[in-house]
Amino acid sequence: MKTVVPARAAWSAVVRTGETLTVTDLHGNQAVDFLVYDAHDTTVRYSAPDTIHAQGNLFLTTGSVLMSNEHTPLMTVVADEVGRHDTVGGACSKESNTLRYGHHTWSQHACVDNFLAEGAKYGLGKRDLVSNINWYMNVPVEKDGTLGIVDGISAPGLTLTLRAECDVLVLVSNCPQINNPCNGFEPTAVEMTIEASGATG
Amino acid sequence: MATATTYGARAHARAQEGSRTEAMPVVPAGAWPAPPCEAGHLVWAETVAAGNYTHKVLARGTELRLTDLRGDACAHLLLYAADRPWERLNVADTVKVQWNAYLGEGQLLLSDQGRVLASLVADTSGRHDTLCGTSTLVRNTQRYGDGTPQSASPAGRELFKLAAAKNGLEPRDLPPSLSFFQGVEVRDDGSLDFTGSAGPGGSVTLRAEQDVTVLLANVPHPADPRTEYVSTPLEVLAWRAAATAPGDPLWEATPEGRRAFLNTAEFLAARGIA
Repeated sequence: MKTVVPARAAWSAVVRTGETLTVTDLHGNQAVDFLVYDAHDTTVRYSAPDTIHAQGNLFLTTGSVLMSNEHTPLMTVVADEVGRHDTVGGACSKESNTLRYGHHTWSQHACVDNFLAEGAKYGLGKRDLVSNINWYMNVPVEKDGTLGIVDGISAPGLTLTLRAECDVLVLVSNCPQINNPCNGFEPTAVEMTIEASGATG
Repeated sequence: MATATTYGARAHARAQEGSRTEAMPVVPAGAWPAPPCEAGHLVWAETVAAGNYTHKVLARGTELRLTDLRGDACAHLLLYAADRPWERLNVADTVKVQWNAYLGEGQLLLSDQGRVLASLVADTSGRHDTLCGTSTLVRNTQRYGDGTPQSASPAGRELFKLAAAKNGLEPRDLPPSLSFFQGVEVRDDGSLDFTGSAGPGGSVTLRAEQDVTVLLANVPHPADPRTEYVSTPLEVLAWRAAATAPGDPLWEATPEGRRAFLNTAEFLAARGIA
């Protein structure tokens, strides 16, 4: 199943155990905000701290296991053409935009609104949103702890592939942010491909 | 004392009053020896046992001092807007908005609503963590043989579930937490160095900038490499003080922080609170 997610849009799917989800950065440097839940118990959901702690590293790439808040594996990165994805920055919101850029950004669309709208289809609400992954987003940390979203290292057509370790619900916000380099200041479409176990595409 | 009868059992239970242990709440807080504030202003005085938890609702303007008495406390913290728990600590916004992965004096603990829940007004430790969260039942069972609350090696998340439940909250209300007194540093390649503790006596002081529900778990940091479960008591003292006001150096310290305080003030004014 292939789906193009337009710039700024939300998307979701259930990915069954063993199936893979490939995210294609069609035009390059598009941040793909990503949350994942156990499809049968959404109180078990992606945990940035458990994932960071389990692999001892902030950046995600091939071999990284996305851990739940109960320290169980949800998905594994089985292929990655970029080499670095963000676990720290979380989603943009209308509220945090007022702090980061100013109150003039309030009318702009933001990832938290995408997550709330898409999550509502599954009975998920604000309580169910936690720190998310940002595929293709580049957030280095300096010696003194300074961190920030900087120019991406992705390029048009690059992909990453995740294998579901249990039946999972995936929520995506194709980030609408236009105030920082996460999208090269211009959000673009991405493609989602779900394949059966063992398929080679 | 004979406890075979109701009268004896009652007398036996009542005779325990006044007992002291190392780790316990002191009630009323004013009975705490040598309070760090004006007489009568102390509102919370407690020593949290190793591997235990506590919780309290604090009024805006309350200062909360956490002290690592013996050098192996680790204070895992969650904050919620009191009575509106859907507004809560957002660790991602806290580090992203302030352009810093580390916690220290002057940092603000931000909610998901672009407002300040608490500010960090003093820090003599400098060993804190925003990245690794707290420990889990699965991981503690692998590492120590058990992670249940009544075991010798309780997991932070299991204790948070209990503290949350006592405030009407459920496991889905537990977002990533942060922790004080056991630090982690990031290398260029994104890998982590566990720095451990700064030693006995380190403290941090938080100031509540809204009415907040505080959940605290005192358990080993999840990245603590020691094979044994090492945890020592955490001292918790809180006293009435004043919230950060316009003109305070902290209010003006950064543009992002100033807007967070402005958003908070606007919200409180609209509710008729301040």
